[in-house]
Order: sequence, then structure tokens, then C-alpha cells
Amino acid sequence: MLASLRRILALIRKEILAVLKDPRTRNMMMIQPVLQCVLFGYAATLDLNNAPYAAFDRDRSAASSALLAKLDGSGVFHRIANLTRAADMAPLIDTRRALIVVQIDPNFQRNLSAGRDAPVQVIADGRNSNTAGSALGYVGAVVDSFNSDWRRDHGLPQPPVKVVPRAWYNANLETRWNLIPALVGTITMMSTMMLAALSVAREREEGTFDQLLVTPFTPVEIMAGKAIPAMLIGVVQATNALLVAQLWFRIPFAGSYVTLYVGLILFLLAAVGLGLFVSSIAATMQQAMLYAFVLMMPFSLLSGLTTPISSMPPLIQDFTLINPLRYAIDLVHRVYLEGAGLDRLIPDLWPMAIIAAANLTAAAWMFRNRLE
Amino acid sequence: MAAAAGPVIRGRGLGKTFHRKTGETVQALDEVSFEVAAGSLTALVGPDGGGKTTLIRLVAGLMGLDRGELTVLGVDVGADPQAVQDRIGYMPQKFGLYEDLTVQENLDLYADLHGVPAADRRRQYPQLMEMTALEPFTRRLAGQLSGGMKQKLGLACTLVRAPALLLLDEPTVGVDPLSRRELWDIIDALVRDQGLPVLLSTAYLDEAERCEHVVVLRQGKVLAQGPPAQVRALAAGRTFLTTPPAGQSAREALAGFLDDPAVIDASPDGGRIRIVRDGSPAPPSPGAAVLEPATARFEDGFMMLLQAAAQRGGGVPTPAAEPSPPPPAATASPERREPVVEVRDLVRRFGAFVAVDQISFDVRRGEIFGLLGPNGAGKTTTFRMLCGLLSASGGTLRVAGADLRRGAASARQKIGYVAQKFSLYGQLSVEENLDFFASAYGLHGERRRERIAWAMTQFELGPVAHQLGGQLAGGYTQRLAMAAALLHQPQILFLDEATSGADPLARREFWGRITDLARQGVTIIVTTHFMAEAEYCDRIAILDSGRVLAEGAPAEIRALGRTAANPEPTMEDAFIAVIEQARAGPAPRQAA
Repeated sequence: MLASLRRILALIRKEILAVLKDPRTRNMMMIQPVLQCVLFGYAATLDLNNAPYAAFDRDRSAASSALLAKLDGSGVFHRIANLTRAADMAPLIDTRRALIVVQIDPNFQRNLSAGRDAPVQVIADGRNSNTAGSALGYVGAVVDSFNSDWRRDHGLPQPPVKVVPRAWYNANLETRWNLIPALVGTITMMSTMMLAALSVAREREEGTFDQLLVTPFTPVEIMAGKAIPAMLIGVVQATNALLVAQLWFRIPFAGSYVTLYVGLILFLLAAVGLGLFVSSIAATMQQAMLYAFVLMMPFSLLSGLTTPISSMPPLIQDFTLINPLRYAIDLVHRVYLEGAGLDRLIPDLWPMAIIAAANLTAAAWMFRNRLE
Repeated sequence: MAAAAGPVIRGRGLGKTFHRKTGETVQALDEVSFEVAAGSLTALVGPDGGGKTTLIRLVAGLMGLDRGELTVLGVDVGADPQAVQDRIGYMPQKFGLYEDLTVQENLDLYADLHGVPAADRRRQYPQLMEMTALEPFTRRLAGQLSGGMKQKLGLACTLVRAPALLLLDEPTVGVDPLSRRELWDIIDALVRDQGLPVLLSTAYLDEAERCEHVVVLRQGKVLAQGPPAQVRALAAGRTFLTTPPAGQSAREALAGFLDDPAVIDASPDGGRIRIVRDGSPAPPSPGAAVLEPATARFEDGFMMLLQAAAQRGGGVPTPAAEPSPPPPAATASPERREPVVEVRDLVRRFGAFVAVDQISFDVRRGEIFGLLGPNGAGKTTTFRMLCGLLSASGGTLRVAGADLRRGAASARQKIGYVAQKFSLYGQLSVEENLDFFASAYGLHGERRRERIAWAMTQFELGPVAHQLGGQLAGGYTQRLAMAAALLHQPQILFLDEATSGADPLARREFWGRITDLARQGVTIIVTTHFMAEAEYCDRIAILDSGRVLAEGAPAEIRALGRTAANPEPTMEDAFIAVIEQARAGPAPRQAA
């Protein structure tokens, strides 16, 4: 037992030395998570800011000006043109110079004053449905606010139902708050899986694997010695990403670090199992790399990172149940933003535990078999 | 061109210095002057790190020259390397064959790369295929060719553009004697029939003997150059054969002779010992052995050159077997006879292909056992089964009392294994490598420090302790691999082509160590392509097509090659004779 532990420790030491001594892998491991967080934090935002729009005000009344002024003042839209002809609308959308065009009916103020419906047409560029959707949403909110003001100013009763939104855990609904904690899971999964897969494949390619096999190492010891360093590096990377989230983007951390790391370790076990499984099929480093990438793509697409799982087709939703990243992202969100404790994370923890156990068992089985 | 009649390569005062990352400078070439005559075959020989590869790369224009003048095919290489590269063929040590492409695709690729027009290809391809005998394998993937066939394909790819000069860097490393002979037939034919000038480097001294001109390089300096006979003549009258004292094998008696300062070289030769002496009159030799004059070989002269250079100073001391603790077991103790490796009817199939076909042999404690055979004979497969890296399809095997494949992992504690490529961790330093393997074998605390210190001194690794494994010169890599395999003092040591690519000096040093180990009771199993090395073994087995064709002491095997035309066959002659006889025989496969 002690001898076995000593051997595993020796292998861990060797693996970590090999990664840290090579300046290229060292930099990749340490800088890459920081870089990714910064990139995602700035570039990948779904929030609208200063979206260009054009106004086609056919009424030119006090009411229509007030509506447009509200749009301008929202901070979301930025007026780039005042149109005078209907024919000018299409070119602006086609050339993507404007995301939306707001057309106000000639009888806008008259209808309003008479208590009739006063339609406002909004034309959006549907080629990017996401952005168009959120732009329309913002216009709706601005119009709601305009209605409410109008009623107040004209002594009309307020509508019976009113929405009072409060976004918990992310009061301003910033995409960044959602995305960057999620990256903690995505980045560490990628590199843990890759490291585990490549370290075995490299030994196989360079012929050192045979040398390892003729020593008293048992397959399980080799697996442990390969898995632990990959996980350790994963934990360091997760920490780096967390530091960027808190120190650079100033996203407040609501939960407990112990809870977060317990969850992460369970998740990393699942990821490393996957990596070892890949390494047992791959004969070369190139193959290992390819397999890892091919696996990573569906895992991150079906994790809920960019698109909500609840809006996926049912069959695909079922598939996400075996995706450890899905649970990891949920777990990080809940610990980070919501401050959830272990007791409330059980729905995330047990599936990850099962996936980890399944992956590691499969890897161990393949490992033994491949040694034939 | 005016240069056509003159030498194709002319180098004057060539110098090249490398700067290591650690700040050291290495004088790879120093004042080297040499010529290669048109239509001639020239060999570069010398110890590893002597500058052979550097010189070839300079000629190929792949490296800049620091000092001197070098003209190749009438062109100043330094000024216009491309003009030279357009006309030469260069085959580096590791030729870039694409293993996932077929033989034909590789050939096409190189023809495309060199822009060989279709008409020339139609003319060249059949010739190349006939020459290399690769015709039946054009659709086979290059990765599935044997070592010898890969080299032939590499040569064909180099020749596809019909070069005016051929540069070959150690073309026969890792190639078995049969393929080596075929490769040489091709090279000979190129020089003789097509008048193609060839410059090659080699670690096989018998190959140098076949060349018209030889340049001996050591530590970047030319020790001698001229026809091989000139080097051979140095040892004329100084080469002797002697019989080892009774009760001792030739190998065991070597150390006694090497202790004599007047003996420059001693090597086993068919059960007897070949000795090269310096000029001093022979004192009564150990055991009053009778010295019988023998014909000098190139190798004998070569060893004299190296010895003289080492004595002039600034050289590596000649590796003498170090005084080791007195052998625990006397030569004929009964313990020695107990078999530690037993192989019975061992079979290994890969699908329908039978790689190892019912082989049986025993290896006794303290014995050195050699497995020889052409590429693809099943040596490596047998080896991997013995080490527990591969499971057997049938038969039984016991190594140190256990089947390593099925037995407990701790049984592997008893063996040491040096793989073909001396696989060690390139990213780790020498010290870290030893540290890791020591821990892997369960050494810790004081004992680990002790064993690592032992390895450092025994294998003279001190000066490179902090160098990365991947940056070591060939000789050191091999020593490190040996050191790592011996840290835990195994009972059995497996060496798979452990001297492939090593120079003659390193090989002698290596065998000195092996002899010491055997004397201490370690059982050693080796595979090798150097037939001269088989002489160091107590017993050898020749394998082909997965079967044992012959087994016995080196002298017995050599006797098998005796014919009327060749009464004194070398080990290589015998090897080729045994294989050819078996292959021509009336399908003995079924008989087994």
C-alpha cells in the first residue's frame, strides 16, 4: 500500500515537472484561462449597447418626439438617421447600418389623444434573431414606460396589470455575470481532459509507456498518477479564472469556496475519466487531440453555456443529462451568484458523481484491455 | 562544367562551432579538409559526436559554415545552398517517410516535391522498383514496412530526381544483416554502374572497408583519410588471435587482456580472442596465452587510430571495465545452471499472422543470451512477451519464476528493460529521470540516494546530470537508459537493440559493462543487428519467420556457415547462410 502510494507520488511529481519545465505548456496552462476569460468577458456579450436605429417619424408631433426621446435616452439605442421616405427604410436594414427602424403613424398623437390605438411599427433585422429579439424587447419596455407616463400625465387610469421586474443574483442582467463563472467549468474541462489524454498518448508515441509498464506500476496506479496531476492543473486553472472574474470583472462571489471546490473536484474526476478513456483509444498525440476536440464541441454546446437547455428539443435535452459540463456550469452559477450550499447542490452533485464513476471505470477497463 | 573532372566535393579547413543553451561551445568540426572524387564511394567513420552528421549537413547546405571553403559540384555551398540542393540527393538518419501513405504515394510525393516531370518518372520508377525490390509492395503503407524496406524506400525517394551526388547519413542503422547486404548491393551498383558519387557515414566498420576512400573523424578532427587499406595497414603485424584460458569464455577472459597497457583492443572472435597490440614486444601475457598472428582488419587499424588520439590527450579515456566487486558466483557453480527464463512452445498470433511460432529456449542464470534475426523475424514480439508487454497466444513462459503478463506487478521488480529507442523522458533532466525510475522501482530514502549515486558514477553521468534527457548525445542516452534499468538491481536485464547506432568504442564500453553484470550473476538477454556483438554472447538463437532456426554458442553458429569457398566464415556469413538455407528449404513450417 505504502509502496503503491510512493509510486503514484513519483508519477505525479514526474507529470507535473514535465508540464512545468516546458515553458510552452507552462504558459499555455497558466495564461490561457486568464486570456479566455478576458476575451469572453469583453467580446462575448449579448447585452445591447448603443444599437443603431433609424426613426421614420411621420407624425412629427410632441407625442412622437417624446417617444423617440425615450428611445434615445435608454442608452440601448443610438439614432443614426431620421427618415422622410418609406423607401429609405430597406437600404438601412440591408446594409446593416441600422438594427431596427421605428416608424410612427401620421395620426399618432391624434389617435392617442382620442383614446384610440396608436400603433408604432418596429422593423428589425431578423438575420441575427438573438439581437433582433432583444432589441424588440427593449423597444417594448420603452413603449411600456411611455404609455405609463402618458396615462399619468393625462389623468388616465394605469393598466390593471403591471410587471415589476427584479433580476435576482444579477440585478442588471449582465451577460458577463452569467458567462465568466461558466467558463470556470468549460476551460478546466478542456484542459484537464486534454492533459490526461495527451500525457498517455505522448508516452505511447515516445515509447516511454513500455518502459513504464515493465516497472512494478499497476494499471490503476498509472491511471491515478496520470489523473491527479491533470486534475491539480485543472484546479489551478479554475482558480485563475475565478480570480479574473472577481478581481478584473468585479463579479461578486456569493458562495463558499469550499463548496465550489468540492463540486469542481467531482466535475474534474468526470473530465479526467473522459480524458483517460480517450487516451486509451488514441495511438498518437494527434489522435488524442482530435478526439478530445470532437468530444469537447458537443459538450460545450449542450452545456447551457450559450443557449438555455430548456429551449432545446426534448431528445437533446435528455442527452445533456450525461454531460458533466451541464452540471458543472449550473453548480458554479449557483455557488458563485446565488451562494448555494452543498445541500442545495445535490441535484448537480450526484449526476456528476455517477458520470465520474462511469468514466473512470470505462477508462480503467480500456486501459487494461489496451495493454494486450 | 569545369569541375566535372575534378572532385565533386572539396573542403578546405572547415570549421563549425555550436553553442549550447547552457553556454558551452562545442567544436563540431575543426580544420577538416577532404575531397570526394567523381564517381567514388567515400565513407565517414568515427565515434559518435565526431562530426560526421555535421559534415554531411554542411555539404547538403543545410547549415552555415563558420570557417573554411566548401565547394560541392563546383558550387560554393555557403554562397548558394539552393543550387547545390537542386542537384544532390540527401538521406538523413531519420528519413521523412510518410507512414500513412503507401510506398507508391511516398515516391510520388517526393517526385512532386522535386518537380520531376512525368516522362522522367516513367523512366525512373521501374528502375528504382527493380533496384529496391519494392515492386510487390507498392500499395503497402510505409509505416508497415520493415526497417530495411523503409531504408530502401527512403533511398528510392532520394534517387527519384536522379541526383548528381548522393549523401547518406548512417543508412544502415537498425537494419538487419540481410537488408544491409541488399542496401549495399544497391549503393555499389549506383557507384559502379551509374558513376554516382556517394558520401556516407557509418558506424559499421566493415562497411567502411568496402569504400574507396575513408575519412576518420574524431571530435571534429580528421584522424586519417585515404583508402581503407591504409588504415588496415596500421594494425598489420600487430593483430593476434588467442585462445582463452581453460574454463573461461572468450568474453570473460577479455578483461584480463584489456588490463595490459600494451593491448589496444581485445574482442571475442568465434570463441577465441582477437587482440591488437601496440608496437612494444609482447611480455608474457596472462595465463601465458599463445598469440597467433592474424590478418588485420579495418576495425583493428581504426582502434589503433583512436587509441593514439586518446593518448595524445584531450580525449575520453578508453573505457576499461571498472574493477567490480569480486564475482559472487564462480564460473561453474551449480546455481549458474538453473534456468531463469524458460520458454516452451511460445506462440503469438496477430489475426491470421503468426509472428512467433512455437519457439522454445532456456536461459540460465548469469548467461548472456542473444536473439538474432532479420527485421520481422519475431524477435521484438518474443521480447515483448518475455517482458510482459504482450500476452502470448499459446505456450508457456516463465521469467524469474513468473509469467510477467499474468503475475503480480511486483514480479517485474526482478527485471530491467532497455527499449530499442532508449525511451526516457526527454523533458526531464538526467537526474530527474533516474529519480523517477528509482521511485518507480520502490527505492526510497538512503537506498535511493545510494543507487542514484552508483548510477551516476558507474555510467559517468555526472557531467550531464542537469541536461534534459531529450538533448543528450547518443552515447549518453544509452548509458542513461542502462542506468535507469539497473537502479533496482534486477536479476534479468532485457536489452532490445541497445547498441543500435552506437560507435565501436561505445559498443566495447557497453559490452564491458554487460560482462561485469553477467559475472555478478545477472542474466542478460539481448537482441542486436551487429553480428560482431553476437560473439560476446554465451549462446545465441537465430530467429526467422517466428521460428528458431539455430541455437548454440557463437563458435557453433559460425561453423554452420562454413563452406568449401569460405572455410573461415564470419558471424554475419553464418547468419545469412542459416537464414537463406531455411528460406530456400522445403517449407519446414509444417514440420514444426
